[in-house]
Amino acid sequence: MPSLFILIPIFGIIILNLPLGRLLKRCAFWYAFVLFSLQIILAIFHNPFFWSGALEAISTFFSVKFTIDYLGFLMLLSIGIVCLSSLVVSRYAITDEEERFNFINLLIIASIGMCGIVMVKDIFSLYVFLEVTAVASFILIAFDKGKMALEGAFKYIVLSTIATIMMLSSIALLILVSGGTSFSLIAAALKISGPNIIVSLAVVLFLCALFIKGGVVPFHGWLPDAYSTAPAPASVLLAGIITKVCGIYTLIVLVTSVFGFNEAIGSMFLFVGTLSVLVGAFAALGQNNFNRMLAYSSISQIGYIILGLGTGTALGIAGAAFHIFNHAIFKSQLFVNAAAVRVATGTKNMDDMGGLSAKMPVTGATSVIAMLSTCGVPPMAGFWSKLIIIIALWRSGHFAYGVIAILASLLTLAYMLSMQRRVFFGKVGKGLENVREANFGFSAVSIALSAITIAAGVFFPAIFNKFLMPLAEMFLK
Amino acid sequence: MTIIDSMLLTAMVVAAIWTVMTRSLLKSAIGLALTSAVITIIMFRLNSPFAAVFELSVCTGLITAVFISTISLVKPLTHKQIVQLSKDRIKRFWYLPATVIVVGIVFIYLKIQMPLSLFAGQAEGNARDVLWNSRQLDLFGQIAVLLAGVFGVVILFKETKKK
Repeated sequence: MPSLFILIPIFGIIILNLPLGRLLKRCAFWYAFVLFSLQIILAIFHNPFFWSGALEAISTFFSVKFTIDYLGFLMLLSIGIVCLSSLVVSRYAITDEEERFNFINLLIIASIGMCGIVMVKDIFSLYVFLEVTAVASFILIAFDKGKMALEGAFKYIVLSTIATIMMLSSIALLILVSGGTSFSLIAAALKISGPNIIVSLAVVLFLCALFIKGGVVPFHGWLPDAYSTAPAPASVLLAGIITKVCGIYTLIVLVTSVFGFNEAIGSMFLFVGTLSVLVGAFAALGQNNFNRMLAYSSISQIGYIILGLGTGTALGIAGAAFHIFNHAIFKSQLFVNAAAVRVATGTKNMDDMGGLSAKMPVTGATSVIAMLSTCGVPPMAGFWSKLIIIIALWRSGHFAYGVIAILASLLTLAYMLSMQRRVFFGKVGKGLENVREANFGFSAVSIALSAITIAAGVFFPAIFNKFLMPLAEMFLK
Repeated sequence: MTIIDSMLLTAMVVAAIWTVMTRSLLKSAIGLALTSAVITIIMFRLNSPFAAVFELSVCTGLITAVFISTISLVKPLTHKQIVQLSKDRIKRFWYLPATVIVVGIVFIYLKIQMPLSLFAGQAEGNARDVLWNSRQLDLFGQIAVLLAGVFGVVILFKETKKK
């Protein structure tokens, strides 16, 4: 029945767009709301009846079978939460009904792409769903049609096209070697063939393509423009989950299940991860634009995930997976906060703000929670995932990288505190005396995401047992 | 490699270069379609008819939709500007085709051999079997891409029309 994650949204979109008047368009929000809510529930409880069972009516015309592991459940949960947040934000941030309807359609298509990426076990199908997500992302970035938005979308298209060429070339080489496209077939063929120039070229091409998709330094050129120019609900989606699923999750799956981990790949990940952590953090320090600062912060946090993966240990990879989830939650929340501030003040420039915590208490308080999680302050969820990554670095003998990761947390603290001081603390900025709390939608999403961040931190032992231990065991196998 | 294969490869390169270098967007779109058509023929000759069918379907569907939206967004330039831009582009990117040619020559002279026994393309069943049974999921993925393309046109093209 997991195929319903693909089928229901596709048929739903087709039905919603039938020329049957405005009623269907008005149902779009609630349709998507139910869809994403169900996804969250199913991912949390992963009921075997749903995930392993098959409906005869569906299997007669759709014969594809999916197998979801614990990492998949964690990603489906993250996708559901971020898509739901983006949907609720869109209800308040996009005022035009027709535009909102189009946005919801694209949001559902992006979620189809991401769910497809998580569920497939075939490298060509993986590419197809990466493209589904990418095409939806181009349009979401350019949604406002402003000059900057189009420029951001254009940069993403160009770099994404380069990534596509690399991926297709890699897939072609892998088909030459293995004669098929399924993960298991390629993994078996790579084991038999051993290291050689074609395999190495295919692996490097695919990894570089995924670095572009994930916005990892030095392939991050598109990311700050895309995040800062996209409309608020789209930036929540992009920063919250799209880059993580398209770049980082895919990287984890391919390295652990298809290409296999080796010392060269580990060294490359450790180097690229450290570069991302440092470049992202230093660049974030120098930003005035709220969204751009958050974009560079994302690059830095993605660096931590790559570092965890670079250890090549079950603990490190489980920590990386948990940081993907945490980052999806707290970064989505920070982008929701940024959108609320933008709506209330009409600016993204942090130097024009100040003292907003007094005027926007919910936004101010929730942004402090997200900040603490980003910096890795206990007992927030971000603390645990960073701790696991650093312990994994230490235990695998990468002491220098571990020290850099710890010191970079201080940089994170510096730019996040700078943001808090300029935006939320201190004297109220000029002309902001009459600013009020953003509307209900922004506040509700911020509170919900903050609650998840706190709960994931406080109830970490339960999460450790429910998701991370099975994950670590899976990677050990 | 037969003379026909050589001619097809040359035609593909020429069409691709024309696509990139032509000064008219419309001609560029036609160039791309032509490149795709030649690739389709090459795929048929390489015993991969389904890949050829897929190539044709993608180019006639999604690519066309994306091009319509893109061309509609672009503000037309004057002839003088177009000529100047074209010259600038050649100055900036002359090394790209030069690199490709040099790498090609190096490969030919070094006669780099594939160190593996490679799998040849296989053509089993018919297109319906492949698309609906073997690659059914990809077909649904393609439907999603097409839907995204349609929304792209609606979102980006409609506004330009209003202006």
